Amino acid sequence: MAIPSYATPAERVWYYSFRVICGLIFFFLLAPIIIMIPLSFNAQPYFTFTREMVTLNPEGYSLRWYEDLFSSDSWMRSIRNSFIIGIAATFLATTLGTLAALGLSRSQMPFKGLIMGILISPMIVPLIISAAGMFFFFSSVNLAQTYLGVILAHTALGTPFVVITVTATLVGFDHSLTRAAANLGASPTRTFFKITMPLILPGVISGALFAFITSFDEIVIVLFVAGVEQRTIPREMWSGIRESISPTILAVATILVLISIALLTTVELLRRRSERIRGMSPG
Amino acid sequence: MAQADAGALDGRDGNVTRMVTADGIPLKRSLQRAERRRKIAALLLVTPLLAFLLIVFLFPIGQMMWRSVDNPQVVNALPRTLNALEGWDGSEVPSEEVFAALAADFREDLQRPRADQTWGPLGVRLNYELSAARGAVARTVRNVPDFEPPYREAFTDSHRLWGDPAFWRVIQREGRPLTASYYVAALDREYDDEGNIVRRDENRRIYVGLFMRTLALSLGITFLTFALGFPIAYYMSILPMRHANLLMICVLLPFWTSLLVRTTAWIVLLQQQGVINEVLVNIGLIGDDGRFSLMYNMYGTIIAMTHILLPFMVLPLYSVMRTIPPSYLRAAKSLGATPTTAFRRVYFPQTLPGIGAGAVLVFIISIGYYITPALVGGQSGRMISNEIARHMQQSLNWGLAAALGSILLVGVLILYWAYNRLVGADNLKLG
Repeated sequence: MAIPSYATPAERVWYYSFRVICGLIFFFLLAPIIIMIPLSFNAQPYFTFTREMVTLNPEGYSLRWYEDLFSSDSWMRSIRNSFIIGIAATFLATTLGTLAALGLSRSQMPFKGLIMGILISPMIVPLIISAAGMFFFFSSVNLAQTYLGVILAHTALGTPFVVITVTATLVGFDHSLTRAAANLGASPTRTFFKITMPLILPGVISGALFAFITSFDEIVIVLFVAGVEQRTIPREMWSGIRESISPTILAVATILVLISIALLTTVELLRRRSERIRGMSPG
Repeated sequence: MAQADAGALDGRDGNVTRMVTADGIPLKRSLQRAERRRKIAALLLVTPLLAFLLIVFLFPIGQMMWRSVDNPQVVNALPRTLNALEGWDGSEVPSEEVFAALAADFREDLQRPRADQTWGPLGVRLNYELSAARGAVARTVRNVPDFEPPYREAFTDSHRLWGDPAFWRVIQREGRPLTASYYVAALDREYDDEGNIVRRDENRRIYVGLFMRTLALSLGITFLTFALGFPIAYYMSILPMRHANLLMICVLLPFWTSLLVRTTAWIVLLQQQGVINEVLVNIGLIGDDGRFSLMYNMYGTIIAMTHILLPFMVLPLYSVMRTIPPSYLRAAKSLGATPTTAFRRVYFPQTLPGIGAGAVLVFIISIGYYITPALVGGQSGRMISNEIARHMQQSLNWGLAAALGSILLVGVLILYWAYNRLVGADNLKLG
C-alpha cells in the first residue's frame, strides 16, 4: 500500500512512523529467538557476545556446546524420551480425537455443547491444576513416574487440538460423497478409509502436529508426574536454567527453533492444501 | 434412512393421511428409529475420548478439588476423643474422661503397623491451624504407653498445649469429615478464639495479595499484548495477502517455538551480564555499576510473558481486521471525518470482537501461568500458580494447594464462559 501523492505532510510522517513502530514490534517478536542462534556458537561459557564474536574472529566461535549436547547422556536420554512420549501421545490423541470429531460433526449428535465443552476442557484448565490433579491420581494408581502416566497425561492435553482441527475440516465436508459411496455398495469402514479419510487428512495431520508440539513442549505435567527416567527436553532445560546455566541450553534451543520452523512450514503447506481441496482460493 | 428412502409412499395425490415403508411400518416411526440409530452411532464415536478424559482428566481434577474440603485426619486418629468431646462447651480444659479417650486412641494407634499410624498426619493437620501442634502430638504420642491415670496431668505435663482450651477447640472444630479451613486460609483469614472467621495479621496475609497481583499482572500483560498486537495486526491486514503471509510467519515462529526456548531467550537478554545490559554498557549509556535488574522481578515476568502471549492477541485481531472492508474508512473520510475520527468511530468499533477474543484468551492463559514466572519472576514476579506448586512440592500442604487451585479454576471457568458468550468456542483459531 503505497502512500498517495496527495498525502499531507502529517500523513506522510504518520505513514513512515507507523511502519517504524510496526518494524520495532516485529523486531521485539523475532530478535530474542534469533539472537540465541549465534550465541550458541560462543567459544566462551557466556551468554553474551564476546569481543571476538563481534569482530567476527573465527576463534570466538566453536561447536563445543553442540559437542557437549551430543555427548551428554542426560540430554540424549531426554531427546529420546521426548520423542517416545510425544509420538505415543500423538498417536493416541489423534485416534481418539478424530473419532470424536467424526461423531461431533454429525447433525444427530445429542448434547453437542456440553460434550464439546468437556472435550476441549484440557485446553482451558490451567496446566498447574491439571498437573496437581494428575499428580494425586497417578500416584494412587501407580502411574506416577512411569512412561505410561506421562503419555496418558499428554494424550489428554493433545486431544482438544485434534478435535478442533478435524471438526473444522469436517465443516466443509460434502456428506453426499459418503452417501454416494454407500449407494455404490461400499461398507462404512471402506467408505471411511477410501472417501472420508483422504479428504480430512490435512486436518488430521495438522491436529496431530499440534498434539505432538503440545507434548514436545509440555513441562508442567512432566515436572509433577514424571520421574528422573522420563525427563524430557523441556524438563532438562528447566533444570539447566535453574541449576547450571550453560550455553548447552542455547545449542538445544537453536535445534528446537529449527524444528519449529520445519513444523511451521509443514502446517502452512497442509493448510493451503486443505483449502485447495475444499475449493477455496489458496490463502 | 435407507429404509425410508426405499419405502413406497402411500397416497401420492395429496393424500397425506398415512405413509408406510415397504414393510408396512409407518414412515414416521421408521424415520424415528433410523434417527435414534444414528444418534447412538454418533455417541459411540465420541464415547472413547469422553471416557478417556473423564478418567484421566476430569476425575483427577475433581479428586484434587475434593482435597480442599476433605478432612479425614482428626476423625481417623481420634474417634474416641471426639466422641468424648461431644457436649464440651469449649471454655475450659476438657475433663479426665476426654484425656482417657485420647490415651486410648493413641495406644490403639501405636499398635498399628508403622505405615498405617495416624498420629503423623494428625500432627501435620493440626499444625496448619496452630503452630507447635505437631510438636505436641509427636512429643506426647511416644510416651502414652507409659501414662497412668490421671491422664489429664500426664498429658499436660508432657506438652503445655494439651492444657490449652484453644488447642482443644481446634481438635473439636477439625474433628469433622469436611472442613472449610483451607479456604479460610486461602483467603488470608483464620479462626479467632471464639471460632469466628477474622482477617489475619497484616504481615501474614499472602494469598489475597497474590491473587490481586496475579490479576494485575495478567491485566497488564493483556493490555501490553493489545498495545503491541493492534498495530501489527492492522498493518498485516492492509497489506496484500502475499506480504501479509510473510509477516504472519514472523508472528507464528515465536508461537511455534518452545516455551522454554523463549524463556531462555529472555534470560539471555535480560540478566545482569546479559545482552541488553552489555550493549548499554559498551555504548556507554550506563556505567558498569548501573546495570538494570530486568530479571528476577516483576519486569522479567511482564516482558517475557508479553512476548510469549503476543501471538495469541495478534491472530484473532488479524482474522477480524481482514474482514473489515477498507471502503468503510474511505467512505467516512469522504463524508468529512478526520482520519482520527474515522478510525475511532468507524474502524475501531468493528475490531472489538477481535480485541475481546484476544484479550480474554491472553488473560485466561496468563492468569494460570507457571513456568515463566518461576524462571524469570523472582519474588515480585510470582503468580498464584507458583504458590500452588510450592504447596504441592515443598510445604506439602495439599489441602491449601487444592483450595487455591479450586479458586483459580473457578475464576478461569467464569472467564471462559464469558469468552464463549463473546466469540463461541468453535471460533478458536489455531495458527
